[in-house]
Amino acid sequence: MSQLTVNGIRVDDTFAEAFEMRATALTITAHNAAWARQAAATMTGFATSVIGCGCEAGIDRVLDPDDTPDGRPGVRVLLFAISTSELQKQLQARVGQCVLTSPGSACYAGLEAEEKLKLGNAVRFFGDGWQISKRFGDKRYWRIPVMDGEFICDATTGLCRTAVGGGNIIVMGATNETTLAATELAVETIAAVPNVIMPFPGGIARSGSKVGSKYKGVPASTNDAYCPTLRGASNSALDPEITSVLEIVIDGLTSDSVAAAMRAGVRAILALGPERGALRIGAGNYGGKLGSHHYHLKDLLP
Amino acid sequence: MSPLLFTLRDSPAQRLDLAPLTPDRLAGLSQSRIAAIQLQTTRERVLAGDVFRIHMGDATQIRFEGGSERFDRIGAGMSRGEISVDGDVGIQAGRSMQGGRLAIAGNAGPWAASGMTDGRLMISGHAGDRLGGPLAGETVGMRGGVILVRGNVGARAGDRMRRGMIIVEGKADTYVGSRMIAGTIIVRGRAGRLPGYLMNRGTIVTLDGSDALSPTFADSGVHELLATVLMARYVDTYSPGIAATLRRPWRRLLGDMAVIGKGEILYPSVAN
Repeated sequence: MSQLTVNGIRVDDTFAEAFEMRATALTITAHNAAWARQAAATMTGFATSVIGCGCEAGIDRVLDPDDTPDGRPGVRVLLFAISTSELQKQLQARVGQCVLTSPGSACYAGLEAEEKLKLGNAVRFFGDGWQISKRFGDKRYWRIPVMDGEFICDATTGLCRTAVGGGNIIVMGATNETTLAATELAVETIAAVPNVIMPFPGGIARSGSKVGSKYKGVPASTNDAYCPTLRGASNSALDPEITSVLEIVIDGLTSDSVAAAMRAGVRAILALGPERGALRIGAGNYGGKLGSHHYHLKDLLP
Repeated sequence: MSPLLFTLRDSPAQRLDLAPLTPDRLAGLSQSRIAAIQLQTTRERVLAGDVFRIHMGDATQIRFEGGSERFDRIGAGMSRGEISVDGDVGIQAGRSMQGGRLAIAGNAGPWAASGMTDGRLMISGHAGDRLGGPLAGETVGMRGGVILVRGNVGARAGDRMRRGMIIVEGKADTYVGSRMIAGTIIVRGRAGRLPGYLMNRGTIVTLDGSDALSPTFADSGVHELLATVLMARYVDTYSPGIAATLRRPWRRLLGDMAVIGKGEILYPSVAN
């Protein structure tokens, strides 16, 4: 594979291949920022990959009280799924089990769109007949009585049919320490980009996967080409000095936001340099035949 | 473009039906055709040109210079644009409004905004009885939109209200929100006897309490309700003064238990 070198770091001449997904956004508020974040973290837990979790979800950004519907601290979360029906199912289950249950929480639409997903309209039945619908202008809320007062929830939230899932950066380094440092810096930088999430733990996946497996019924398995301990035995894509590989997966509400996030991440890694960070940057794809969005690393360089 | 202007020549000799003088119905009409519109409510014919001096302008912005309590059904059925009246109006102002804005500088008679489904009705003076209420034979009153009354409102404001919001900066007479089906009524001044009489659902906020409460409302105690914060944010567009007073603990009274009891009256936390 041909490579460019920027600031002493090799950049593969390749691209990340991403897919169209369905997505939505929520604004979760609470008495204070800690509880808003707790509700959001609980709701977006176990949502790293659609392969095994049904959806991919994460915190887009923390919101100031001035930016939330009820003037309290809040968090914006994004959810991505492969179909509208699965997104609706995940939304209902996660809001019902993780946000409704969190002390002092309220849940609002985080995305305005013509097409809607049921939010409060799905969760309201918890009220067992005591729930109240309240409409102010174009906004309809459900007030569901709970033990610390009322759970306020928008009736619906917007559906985005043109979201993008699967943008990625593969970070390769000489040691676990330096590779993790470069990847953490990239995650921190990408976190400032609006309308994107990085659904894996802390934004980082260490178990990049390939499609399929030697075992029947397993849809994805370890990406042996990028496993340093298999070099020599598998068809390795790694140079001899690479002993650690981490991946950042990025989902965004628009293709532009995914590109912006990848650009920010790549540039942060390059700026850190090879001594303290990565030796090489790559990206994952399937030959370009499966996903409709291709993000070439050479287009993202400074 | 300047508004289409109707200047009152003299006090009308009979009640007038001004429903034809809306942006929807005047769009594209010439001055002579507008002047020939019949407004009478008796057998004696009265044309628009007899009552008003007409200055042509933008038909989406209609302005009446001078008002009368004999101006009935002004803005009835309007769906867009704006009508402003420099004085009083009669019965059924904004009857069945579907959109747009109707601003009345003076007082409005009974049944203002009766059957309204959307739009904005602003009354700078007082409003008569049954604001937003149904006419005889109708089962549902106001079904959407916003009414703002700077003065007082008569009896049974919001009777059988189904949706929308009524904001009263003055006082309300007896039975405000009677037989409410849903929606929101906010009264800044004192409400008369028995607010929410036989209400099924909906919210009545009485910032200064009422003369008497029905015993068929259950006191659920004093609560800080997030819903009033959302309400305040919405109301702020129309009445910042009221919005500022909504963010506080409220005594929540559930009722009317004489019917299904899914409504609420938000009462000052210290009873008065």
